[in-house]
Amino acid sequence: MITLVINGLEVSVEEGTTLLEAAQFYGFPIPTLCHMEGLSPYGACRLCVVEIGEGPKAKLVSSCTYPAQEGLRVRTASSRVLQARKMILELMLASCPQSKTIQDLASAYGVRQQRFRQEYEDCILCGLCVRMCEEQMMAKAIGFRGRGQTRSIGTPFDIKSDVCRLCGGCIYVCPACQLRCTYTEPEKAICGGCANLSPPCVEKDPFDDMMCYMEPCVACEIDKN
Amino acid sequence: MERLRSIEELKALQARLQTDRDPSIPTIVISAGTCGQASGANDLIRVTKRELLNKGLTDRIRLRITGCHGFCEAEPSVLIEPRGTFYPRVGVQEMAQIVEAVAQDQVLKDLLFVDPATGKAVERQGDISFFKAQVRTILARNEKVDPIRVYNYIENGGYSALVRALETGDSKWVVEEVKASGLRGRGGAGFPTGLKWEFLAAQRNGRGKFLVCNADEGDPGAYMDRSVLEGNPHSIIEGMLIGGYATGANEGVVYVRNEYPLAIKHLMIALRQCHELGLLGQDILGTGFSFDIRLVRGAGAFVCGEETALIRSIEGKMGEPRQRPPFPVQKGIEGKPTAINNVESWANIPVIITEGAREFAKVGTKGNTGTKIFSLVGKVRNTGLVEVPMGITIEKVVTDIGGGPSGKAKIKAVQTGGPSGGCIPAERFDLPIDYDSLTEAGSIMGSGGMIVMDENTCMVDVAKYFMNFLKDESCGKCYTCRKGIQRMHEILEDVSNGKGTLDQLDVLEELAVVVQDTTMCGLGQTASNPVLSTLRYFRREYFEHVEKHRCPAGVCKELVTYSINENCTGCAACVRVCPEKAIAGEKKKRHVIDTSECIKCGACKTVCKFDAIDVA
Repeated sequence: MITLVINGLEVSVEEGTTLLEAAQFYGFPIPTLCHMEGLSPYGACRLCVVEIGEGPKAKLVSSCTYPAQEGLRVRTASSRVLQARKMILELMLASCPQSKTIQDLASAYGVRQQRFRQEYEDCILCGLCVRMCEEQMMAKAIGFRGRGQTRSIGTPFDIKSDVCRLCGGCIYVCPACQLRCTYTEPEKAICGGCANLSPPCVEKDPFDDMMCYMEPCVACEIDKN
Repeated sequence: MERLRSIEELKALQARLQTDRDPSIPTIVISAGTCGQASGANDLIRVTKRELLNKGLTDRIRLRITGCHGFCEAEPSVLIEPRGTFYPRVGVQEMAQIVEAVAQDQVLKDLLFVDPATGKAVERQGDISFFKAQVRTILARNEKVDPIRVYNYIENGGYSALVRALETGDSKWVVEEVKASGLRGRGGAGFPTGLKWEFLAAQRNGRGKFLVCNADEGDPGAYMDRSVLEGNPHSIIEGMLIGGYATGANEGVVYVRNEYPLAIKHLMIALRQCHELGLLGQDILGTGFSFDIRLVRGAGAFVCGEETALIRSIEGKMGEPRQRPPFPVQKGIEGKPTAINNVESWANIPVIITEGAREFAKVGTKGNTGTKIFSLVGKVRNTGLVEVPMGITIEKVVTDIGGGPSGKAKIKAVQTGGPSGGCIPAERFDLPIDYDSLTEAGSIMGSGGMIVMDENTCMVDVAKYFMNFLKDESCGKCYTCRKGIQRMHEILEDVSNGKGTLDQLDVLEELAVVVQDTTMCGLGQTASNPVLSTLRYFRREYFEHVEKHRCPAGVCKELVTYSINENCTGCAACVRVCPEKAIAGEKKKRHVIDTSECIKCGACKTVCKFDAIDVA
């Protein structure tokens, strides 16, 4: 067991625990967008930063990737942490304003302004879908491409991957909702089509590919073949 | 090449090579690194060979083709040993004369280097002000050895440091020696090399350990690692062998960027020679010590110089940093303990072992020992690679070695540490160059780029340039690094276009601090330095851009207009170069620029001999 101090409280956790797991276990909330139980930690969204160390050596680290260490002093909500989080959320709002998850977080952290030029990118490259595909679905159909400002997620050369089984796992985990299934009306932000058990598709014209890759359709269970 | 089976055999070979050498025979040394070759060294070599053969001088004059000597301004340069005569910027015609002169033991006074300060010709290389103020421990060896001839290296005392380490039979002594030397990592962060080795040596040697030479030098304007690797690859191999012996590592990797073809070529030749001689592989020199080195070529991502990204790149994955701890020394390549050192650190190891830690530590200051190579570039008269003791002031490097400003404008700042570094203003040129002082001043030592800027450089533009570089070179994993740098660039672009606001400057500073704080690796943590340091020392320039819509240096195109003043003699030189035909006027009368046509390319200003073009 490792003993460390989180927000002044002395806690002990098992070796190999990350700071995020330790804090969440003891009830200290830390927001995160790129972390999910069952997937390996990645540290992309930086929302989960916490302050460790004392005095001039104090620094911010992403709690989802930082292992708990003996005697470490952790602050999950110091002013430095909160200021950084607010700025990160502001950056996210500026680029992906339509994500409900990001809007909620921004609201919770009191982000009242957005001082950058508005963009509509949606994807924050948190990599949850990439890890989901690789680690849980054992497919490795999608991955990161490029670096810096041209980094994106997709298949090599944008050709449909042979190993993709259209499981929809990537859509399921996406926090920015970009690929969230919106049923037959893509502009409708809130999803719910899949939960609708009465088959709505029958009355509608043949819908686009977006829904129909699910065979049989989870909503109407009509086998198209 | 015959395989050397014991330490005695290497010593015998070295002794034989040294007695065979006759130091009185003059040698023509041609520096033919990448820079030398680009400025025509290959032609000089061809001419020299032809002359020597035609005139039957092959027994009386020797020719040595070496790597870069450091004085880029004077390339292609020729050095005559043993006199030490230095000929700068030699042309093909002149080369034949030089060969003739060497044969008759004469000096061609017309071709000598002329000191711009005194206007006098200087014969010997050591007397030239550029070389005089340097302490060239590493670089001086570049002139002594032909990088593709291992015997040349051995003759000059090569591999005797390895022999010394092997003969002690005590790997701990080697680690202690490196620790005592106080050598700090030359890659930029300045972590004590000896300490790193001690950590690696302490790791359990279950499945093997790795040593890595980081030659992924990507800073714009920095090329010291390249010239060491090109000019003296065996010193790196020897350093790594000593490191392998000291830490118990059995495999070495040299990670070179693919943009350095000559360095790769020389290194591959050197590795092959070492294998043939039995200096690499199993049972080296019959001591039972085994070590091998392989070469991995980087695909040109700046971020791969970061050690965890470099490890992933060596493993064949995407170059992307990961969280430390665990540190590479605990878990590195394929999960095995790995120590990564910069090219220059490795090149220093044989020096430390040969001279002894105490001798080494005498150079430099306490806590910052030894010498450091900088690539001095920009608006300075003598550009090139300079090797100076740590703790020397910036003033000395810029004025004494660099020879002051190259043009009429005053020097205003020095940018150190590449894109991750900051700008240090001229008022602070008394600052000693060492890891801690530079960090305190808001810059970093980095791998040793030193870009000198004069009054014609706009600091907003500098910050914008580096943000533009990092925007593409960030790996993109951390949101704050990727998006933060993009946004900083966006704001700087606004400022340089005259669209910036004071609020934006506040946001810029706030964002820069957050980017510095919240990113995972060294790239992101230092990416804000160009912005923060220019804001710290040159805030006035930012205000000029925002409030007065003026660029004091006349760089930001959107904010300047070109006009012709009364100095104009009507020579029409500008009319001929103007790509937009925006300049008109009668002959021998003052010309006028049509500002609606002008694209502000600056061609007229470059060509004008009378200082008649105003940029404001």
